[in-house]
Amino acid sequence: MYFLQQLINGLTLGSIYGLIAIGYTMVYGIIGMINFAHGDVFMVGSITTFIVLLMFALTGGSGPFAIALALALVIAISMAVAATFNWTIERVAYRPLRGSFRLAPLISSIGMSIVLQEFVRIAQEGRSKPIQPIIKGKFVLMTKSVGTQDFAVTLSYMQIGIILSTLVLMTVFTLIIQRTALGRAQRACEQDTKMAALLGINVDRTISITFILGAILAAFAGFMFFMYYNVTDFHVGFAAGIKAFTAAVLGGIGSIPGAMLGGMLIGLIEVMWSAYFSVEYKDVAAFTILVLVLIFMPQGLLGKPEVEKI
Amino acid sequence: MSAAPKSGGAKGEAKVLSPSEIAKDLLISGLITVPILVPIVAIRTQLDQGILTWHSRFWLAGLLGALVVIGRGLMYVFVWNPRAAAALDIAAPDAVVVPKIKLSRIILSWVLPLIIVAILIANARYIFAGLILVLIAGREALRIVFPDRKLSDLIGPYVAPGLLVFGIMLPIVAHLGKAYGVELPNFGELRLIDLAGYILIYIMLGWGLNVVVGLAGLLDLGYVAFYAVGAYSYALLSTVYFPRWFGVGIVPYAFYVTLPVAGLLAGLWGVILGFPVLRLRGDYLAIVTLAFGEIIRLVLINWFSFTSGPQGINVPKLTFFGYTFKQDADGDYSEFSKFISDHFFPLAYDRIHSYIFLYYVIFALALVTYFVTKRLRRLPIGRAWEALREDEIACRSLGINTTNTKLTAFAIGAMFGGFAGSFFAARQGFISPESFVYLESALILAIVVLGGLGSPIGIVFSATAIMGSFEVFRELGSAGDAIKSMMGETVGGWLSWLFAQFPTQLQDSFIGTDPVQFRMIAVGMAMVVMMLFRPRGFVTKREPTVYLKEKKSISGDMVAEGHG
Repeated sequence: MYFLQQLINGLTLGSIYGLIAIGYTMVYGIIGMINFAHGDVFMVGSITTFIVLLMFALTGGSGPFAIALALALVIAISMAVAATFNWTIERVAYRPLRGSFRLAPLISSIGMSIVLQEFVRIAQEGRSKPIQPIIKGKFVLMTKSVGTQDFAVTLSYMQIGIILSTLVLMTVFTLIIQRTALGRAQRACEQDTKMAALLGINVDRTISITFILGAILAAFAGFMFFMYYNVTDFHVGFAAGIKAFTAAVLGGIGSIPGAMLGGMLIGLIEVMWSAYFSVEYKDVAAFTILVLVLIFMPQGLLGKPEVEKI
Repeated sequence: MSAAPKSGGAKGEAKVLSPSEIAKDLLISGLITVPILVPIVAIRTQLDQGILTWHSRFWLAGLLGALVVIGRGLMYVFVWNPRAAAALDIAAPDAVVVPKIKLSRIILSWVLPLIIVAILIANARYIFAGLILVLIAGREALRIVFPDRKLSDLIGPYVAPGLLVFGIMLPIVAHLGKAYGVELPNFGELRLIDLAGYILIYIMLGWGLNVVVGLAGLLDLGYVAFYAVGAYSYALLSTVYFPRWFGVGIVPYAFYVTLPVAGLLAGLWGVILGFPVLRLRGDYLAIVTLAFGEIIRLVLINWFSFTSGPQGINVPKLTFFGYTFKQDADGDYSEFSKFISDHFFPLAYDRIHSYIFLYYVIFALALVTYFVTKRLRRLPIGRAWEALREDEIACRSLGINTTNTKLTAFAIGAMFGGFAGSFFAARQGFISPESFVYLESALILAIVVLGGLGSPIGIVFSATAIMGSFEVFRELGSAGDAIKSMMGETVGGWLSWLFAQFPTQLQDSFIGTDPVQFRMIAVGMAMVVMMLFRPRGFVTKREPTVYLKEKKSISGDMVAEGHG
């Protein structure tokens, strides 16, 4: 029963990680670099959610319809903001470095990650920003009495919302990648950038769109993160970013379903670890998995083994 | 990665756009700044005693957006416009790309120094101003005497010995400076020597990391972990284990006994960390080292019974081979000055003794790092590092054991980190996991990157610039005070008046801000800018480590990464 509750919590957290992981995996697939700033784009999404939500809360309006409308607007705005950030980052810090030496874009992305964190810290001060939960209420699935205490397995509306919307977003996203011209171009660039360019695909544009798509998913993850925990600060992107990257590697980097699967697994492992072992070492557990996966299974669960060509 | 075709409008190519296209571009960049600035900058939220408040700062957002658009416009007019650029450089009319460098050269060699001189004169610090003027005059004299040789060739060989002499003389110069009344603003000799020692720690860390990143080409984002291992080795051995094993009498000598042990332990950790890394490519390696750094920090925080967690550990401070620098009961002597008085010459207690000693210890440690890495580069192992950095596959096909090569690079880099860490602990007298966060790793990496990935002398300058400016800005207080104390009362007064004409909200968010807040964002930006414009560092000439008959210097562009 305790396990069931942790399963629900783990899947919720895993959905958030999975959405961020897709951004890592797509960017890695197409230009072969780790976008260190991606975790911070997620953070920008959650901070924007906080700010815009605050503005809507001040303008008033109540009732389920007004709240739903406000939330939809918040999602749209934070997606737009995060997408602009990621697009600008790619344009300013990565694009001129294509064809430069191997470490250049990596170092540049580390610099960009620091810039994003510090930008938000300076603009919005360093303290964590809490807010009253907006969507309350939950289903009680099971109850059990042990002595005088009642234990209940609950599924909050927010958790349902997170898991369902992740599923919907994933479906839409998979359709985009598999059915549209845009997705075809994206997959073509992933396989062979030069050949794709020769066949008339605008590679620069495709890469830009990849960054925008990744940012949209990360912003949605940021939105849900904020709605779930009701608190955010400039530093949330760091740990979440590493864990999401772990998820991407675990699922097999370059594979989108793999990223989602890896996200769910990492979420479950983190939650289960804190539930059964120790809360303090939950991040250590996640990072250890990253190291272990990279040593023993660098191709991940659903990825293709990397063949080094000369 | 390199397979992607180079995009249009990249650096080096001159854009020729019609005015309407430029206007369109400016409009678009203006529009893009809106979502970037509006929610995060324009609406400031604050948490005051648990109450969330906010105010709007559209003024500031508008100003920043306007700066972006105006800056881009100016770039079009002066830098990206071949005609204007050519007009600035009459000597080379057909060179379109060159003027960009020329312009920056004029700014770097004339405008910037003269501004600094003006500021110094405004502050009535004539000696420093004179010194800079003498340097400029000397440079011009060299140019006239040797017109056909590059300045960098002339000065180059003397930079390293010059720095060495400067390093040795620094405490003495500071002392003389105090005697003759030449001092930095708000900086006594004590602070100066202390700061110099602090900078030397980062120089040493930079040199240690340089072995891994600059020479072997492995991006290590968890370098601070070794620093932590060194610091905690010293702390735990000197406070808990050595007294238990060898008795309390060893504590004053603990640093000298622990130093090699700490280095070895850190090196061992380097091997442990390096081991899983062997089969990973550059980017994976970066994130794994980052994860390792975080794991070590989290363990330090949470393993309370061993490390006493976030509370930190009080450690014995550095002693002069067993003689402490603490003032004794009657206040005239410390153990150290008593020792000197008994054996050499009379010396009364002075706080500065411990600072000077600390300075020379870290100076010696840094020198060891420098010479060891310099020598190692000529040994087969050092050549293997550099070969590995250039091409791993070619390395393997030539029979180099890449596993051992990577492991030694990690272990040696980590060892120097461990030395620096245990010195840091002995200097501070207190350590806690707070000192070993990821940002510290990023900072050391930034020092190496800004120094030019592989250039030891470059690291000296970048470490001095970064850590020195942090310290100076910390000293200056709010931005308004900083402007006043830098510009002198008169000019600072004018500027303050000018700022006072802005709307009050803008004043609050600008004048009242502490410049220290901006230090890390500046470092991050510098990393990006460095990669964009000078990925090979400021010292672009490369001396080959190994050569056949004669030594030929090559341009930095010829080597794959960093120093050739």
